[in-house]
Amino acid sequence: MTVGVVMLVHNAFERAEQVARHWAAGGADIVIHVDQRVKAKAFKAFERALSDVPNLRFSKRHSCEWGTWSLVEASQTASELLLKTFPKVRHVYLASGSCLPLRPVQELIDYLAARPNVDFIESATTEDVPWAVGGLDRERFTLRFPFSWRKHRILFDGYVNLQRRLKVKRKVPKGLVPHLGSQWWCLTRKTLSTILEDPDRKEFETYFKRVWIPDEAYYQTLVRYYSSTIESRSLTLSKFDFQGKPHTFYDDHLQLLRRSDCFVARKIWPHANRLYDAFLTDAAGAMKRAEPNPGKIDRVFTKALDRRINGRAGLFMQSRYPRDGWEKGMSSAPYSVFQGYAELFEDFAPWLSKVTGAKVHGHLFSPDRVEYVDGQTSYHGGLTDSTALRDANAQSFLTNLIWNARGERQCFQFGPNDNQDINWFIAKDPNASISVITGAWAVPLFHSNLNFSVIRKMAAKLQQVESNYIDILKSPYAKGKIRITSIAEFVEAPMNPLQLIVDEIGPHKLTRITEAPKLVDLTGFGQFLQNLKNQGMHPHLMGDFPMSDTVQKNTRIVRKPYLVKK
Amino acid sequence: MGFSQTYRRRLARKRWRIRAFRKRRELKPVANRTKHIKRDDIIIFSTLRNERVRLSYFLKYYRELGVDHFVFVDNDSDDGSREFLAEQPDVSIWTTTHSYKKSRFGVDWLNWLQSKYGHNHWTLTVDVDEFFVFPFSDTRSLRALTDWLDASEIRSFSAMLLDMYPKGKLNDQPYRSGQNPFEIASWFDSGNYVIRKNDFFGNLWIQGGPRARMFFLDSPDSAPAMNKIPLVKWNRKYVYTSSTHALLPRSLNVVYDEWGGEFASGCLLHAKFLDTFGAKAAEELKRGQHYANSKEYKAYHDALKDEPEMWCKWSEKYINWRQLEILGLISKGNWA
Repeated sequence: MTVGVVMLVHNAFERAEQVARHWAAGGADIVIHVDQRVKAKAFKAFERALSDVPNLRFSKRHSCEWGTWSLVEASQTASELLLKTFPKVRHVYLASGSCLPLRPVQELIDYLAARPNVDFIESATTEDVPWAVGGLDRERFTLRFPFSWRKHRILFDGYVNLQRRLKVKRKVPKGLVPHLGSQWWCLTRKTLSTILEDPDRKEFETYFKRVWIPDEAYYQTLVRYYSSTIESRSLTLSKFDFQGKPHTFYDDHLQLLRRSDCFVARKIWPHANRLYDAFLTDAAGAMKRAEPNPGKIDRVFTKALDRRINGRAGLFMQSRYPRDGWEKGMSSAPYSVFQGYAELFEDFAPWLSKVTGAKVHGHLFSPDRVEYVDGQTSYHGGLTDSTALRDANAQSFLTNLIWNARGERQCFQFGPNDNQDINWFIAKDPNASISVITGAWAVPLFHSNLNFSVIRKMAAKLQQVESNYIDILKSPYAKGKIRITSIAEFVEAPMNPLQLIVDEIGPHKLTRITEAPKLVDLTGFGQFLQNLKNQGMHPHLMGDFPMSDTVQKNTRIVRKPYLVKK
Repeated sequence: MGFSQTYRRRLARKRWRIRAFRKRRELKPVANRTKHIKRDDIIIFSTLRNERVRLSYFLKYYRELGVDHFVFVDNDSDDGSREFLAEQPDVSIWTTTHSYKKSRFGVDWLNWLQSKYGHNHWTLTVDVDEFFVFPFSDTRSLRALTDWLDASEIRSFSAMLLDMYPKGKLNDQPYRSGQNPFEIASWFDSGNYVIRKNDFFGNLWIQGGPRARMFFLDSPDSAPAMNKIPLVKWNRKYVYTSSTHALLPRSLNVVYDEWGGEFASGCLLHAKFLDTFGAKAAEELKRGQHYANSKEYKAYHDALKDEPEMWCKWSEKYINWRQLEILGLISKGNWA
């Protein structure tokens, strides 16, 4: 008993010849089907090249097109010829010209000899398969598909929609349960001949001719009807990408293929010399087999699919430029934005960096220069401190910064003096955690030595800007983690918000703050606000800041008083 | 609006094609071996002027990558570039003394030659200081890529320009003919590129890199464009509109995914910044034949007087395409 191979070939004839010779040398009988669309000259040359192989025949040719009945027809004709010509064949293996046997042919023969009645064919009901090009699964069997999906997409889609609207529903022939699966199978003579000699074959054919992609359904369905023992898997390793076309294997997949436990792989790039050299040798020359690890191949291709569909969150580059709302992550990592903290604490940045280990920048969007951490003038990825470069595209600047510094938590100060181009972006970004002490911008004004009329003007402007920003943060589109406190509220109990921040950023949970940053001197700040009011300006973002100076002294806050208080 | 824009693009494309057709008279053949081009050959199209020192390595690099034929337009070289190229068995070369600027920086000339010899071929349009790197380019040839693009029904492939520079001053290490320029200029900026979309042409407009941070601090908007689409399955109806930054029809410019995923893409490593650069900048400034009145070269010339160092502590040293992929400059897409 031996194995017969049906090979469907349409190009790369030199490789097909090589593989056919390999099968033949290993003891398999072969029937080759060459696409009718191949030019006569090329076909003749191919035929002549293989004329010295005794156990090889060429079958009648059909014109083959992807996804159509012609492919089934080709395999039927070739199988019939194979079964008739080579009576010793027990299993028939359907392969293509770009398939490559990964294991010695003898191993396949032995393997099948040990399982004389088993049909190897992937076959699952439509409900159970995840793959479906064009969103058609159950409908593959209930609609008609007379138009080519590749060549006449508009007609194809139009006709599908029309049938849907007319509620067309074809009847599946009696007794058949539609099944789908890979078109590369290995069937026993018994099963295959039953299919081919079935008195109802005409009826089934009429039905399957109008099914969508019949080569993935015809045998898969009929085998369920006739076979006694089905092992629902393909002996051919074949991975499909999201367009429904098979992945190609190249020279650099050699190690991966060695670890596959499949007998045959497809499809192989015709110029992959190393693969052909490595696998098309006799058993003696074959390399030592590595421990099979087929899962690894799966992972490689699953990752490729994910890269194509989902991409890398927060990356904007030449071949990934999502539309608004399709970013699948507007930035690549969580980051924190602080408004008012640097104004209220003398040493906020060094303190936060010490407690949490994060990179704490100054005002990245300051109008004077980009204030990177530790006074640096440039940063990861070659970002400079030029405000002109930053402002030319503020959003790119921020996403670049976060992307470039992946693995380090980035924090920066923000305020109404800064470039506000970025405020919608950070508000909408779920990765941003934004802490705002409203009205804290007034503290530097309070400490400044400017004329009061100037201060009053500036205060009005800054309040306007901050109030716009707060509106954005409170809008329904804001998706960041947002905490807004007024300065009055904040100075009453600064430890709690600080602890929250540290808990969020810090590497270890539950680090109790033992040392807090130093509050600036706010003595007289209440009076300062009152003066603004007296000048006709209404500082509404500060909350109810007390007139008396009882709250603040220029001291380092110590945690205890807040805790011990009874 | 959609319709009128489509029509305007169509008119623009026709206009560029007519222009290319008229400019064909400016080209005189020096060596025309295009009859040796076979059906599936991959062809390079390039213009050059006085680049003799670069040519040996350029030809070697692309022959090894799997390019089958080279088509050059020589813009009046006097350093032996033309003669050298004319001797190469896989090169066809035309020469012209006409204005580079008036042919829209060589685009018209190449559009003509491409429509004539590039039809139905994969064409790679690069300058002689641009070196194409793509996913798996160390283990797979260019043909593997174009075969995959064909199978995936993709007609154009993006390869952003990546400026490479040496550590130290440009003049410190002289470049010798035949040498791999990236032995000297092995550094690049990894993460300071900014992107905008051009709605009319549909292409992305990318700026940044060392040139933006060194020479265009005052006028970031004039910094050179880094986006390029050099690899195209050519059809005689196509035209490049400005350098290889954009093409028409518009669909060829959509080399990026808009729904969060990634298309496959590569890089053009740009070996412009070698010791040859100073002389080149001075010459080009004198000829005034470059884009926007050679504003770019003026900026270089002014900055170069102080012999600046392009290298900074955040510069990355080039290793391979995988590094570029991890840094997010290129992508494998779903090619695995």
